[in-house]
Amino acid sequence: MFLVTMACANGLVALGLMLLLRAGLVSFGQALYFCLGAYAAGGIGRFFGVSDIFLQMLAGALTAGFFAFVLGFLLARYRGIFFGLLSLALSMILYGLLVKSQALGSTDGFNIQPSTLFGIRPGPEWVRYSVLASAAIVALGLALAVHRYLRTPLGQLGPAIKDNEIRVEYMGASARRAVHVKYVIAAVLAGVGGALAATTVGHIDPQMAFWTTSGEFIFITILAGIGSVVAPFAGALLYGIIHTTAYDLSPNTWQMSLGLSLLLIIVFLPEGLWSLVRKMRMQNARHS
Amino acid sequence: MNQLISVGVDGVIYSAWLFTAALGLTLVYGVMKIVNVTHGSFYALGAYAAASLTGAWLAAGYPPMLSYLVLLAAALLVSVVVAPVIERGILRFMYAKDEVVILLITYALFLVLEDVIKLVWGVNPYYIAQPYALLGSFTVGGLAHPTYNLILVVLALVSGLGLTWLLRGTRVGKLLRAVIHDPEVSRAMGINVNRYYLVTFTFGSMLAALAGAFTAPTVSVVPGLGVEIIVLSFAVVVIGGLGSLPGAALGAVIVGMVRSASVHYWPEVELFVIYFVMAMVLAFRPRGLFSLAEPRKI
Repeated sequence: MFLVTMACANGLVALGLMLLLRAGLVSFGQALYFCLGAYAAGGIGRFFGVSDIFLQMLAGALTAGFFAFVLGFLLARYRGIFFGLLSLALSMILYGLLVKSQALGSTDGFNIQPSTLFGIRPGPEWVRYSVLASAAIVALGLALAVHRYLRTPLGQLGPAIKDNEIRVEYMGASARRAVHVKYVIAAVLAGVGGALAATTVGHIDPQMAFWTTSGEFIFITILAGIGSVVAPFAGALLYGIIHTTAYDLSPNTWQMSLGLSLLLIIVFLPEGLWSLVRKMRMQNARHS
Repeated sequence: MNQLISVGVDGVIYSAWLFTAALGLTLVYGVMKIVNVTHGSFYALGAYAAASLTGAWLAAGYPPMLSYLVLLAAALLVSVVVAPVIERGILRFMYAKDEVVILLITYALFLVLEDVIKLVWGVNPYYIAQPYALLGSFTVGGLAHPTYNLILVVLALVSGLGLTWLLRGTRVGKLLRAVIHDPEVSRAMGINVNRYYLVTFTFGSMLAALAGAFTAPTVSVVPGLGVEIIVLSFAVVVIGGLGSLPGAALGAVIVGMVRSASVHYWPEVELFVIYFVMAMVLAFRPRGLFSLAEPRKI
């Protein structure tokens, strides 16, 4: 249950990263928006007493989207490792701020009230189900929206930018604007994911902005591949499963199993696990 | 006034420490174009190796004054053993890949090494405070500073100047600069580029391990050491310009001074301010302060 809800949250973040990855950009700071979303959701709960799960997700999305819009003017000029390192720096700025801010609980963070649904407070045994259902609905909706977006000309610019940016410019499209738009979309998705993760876990802390959190999201994205909008969610679920089983089996080596699987994926399946699905489909098509 | 002086002293010490930690990172990037996340692992490896070797040395009753040499030996030993395994075993098959992909690969290796360290040394902290306390302290501007910190400054100067000399003044350095400039042509000219990559990676990792080994007496050696240092080193190196030695020095001084000033005057922003400087530098000089123009490839 927890696993699936978290898979929705992480999957949303990975979905955003997938958009960027299609344009050849790896953000090592997506935790920035994940954390912003979580703190926005937690903040409206803590300071205004709002605990509606959809309002929380909306708050997360708006906060993350706003910051991404502003920072996007800067970041859209960068490519390759400089994009990654600058986004890393930005997320570490947030981490540095949160760690020292007493009002937001400093390194300990703070707890979040159980969420309500359109003003109804579900009984304790139903909270998890209602969160899961809302998470699933929102994730599905956003995934469909991204799926649509990928078919638009702007969405299809992604791989083109990756392949050859100058040709994109000659074609008359603005690569910088396309990257900016993708960056904002990715941030909004991460913000919603962060808000979801916050209500699911019931606790938020600055660790959500630390670079290792960004690393986990990148792991999910690489694991899943960039073939389809379903892939990030499948990847997030798989990540959750690897994480929990590895952690159960030997708590001191779970990072090693993550690292090894990341290495194997990069070497043997550079397109991610989704490329297996595609291969199977192609074979089926050939047989029938 | 006194506070200003201690800001300066702390800043110098912290800069020296940062410089040693970040030097190897910029060297490896400069030569191999690899943003090496395992740098943090080597820092941690150095710290752990130093902690257990020095601990054993002191427990055996050997003269504690020589424990500084043991720190040095520990760093050399661990990097000479582990770095070639990683470079020859894994990284050399990856050079054809994109810079970002190699970054991810070193990140994966970093995760693996983190747990290897936990498996070898366990999760309990190690303390070796003796080399730290042994030298006593000196007083500047009314505040006592441990003399041990001067060793960090010497270490930074020696490694920085030594590396500069190696690159500028020796035959090996000239060949290495040729490799930096154009690996393919160097290869055609008969330079064994693979060997230079191996040596560079080992040497860069050794610098990280040295930084870790000499930090070990001042902290408790716990899992997660490398996680902190790697982003700090990134900040230092990126501010100066990836792959530039004077850049790393400048970045270290900037970050060191800024942090020391903020610790003294405004401790709430200590962490924030480092990455803020990094972001500002990247915003105005995307490739760092010491960067050369690069051709845009079509």
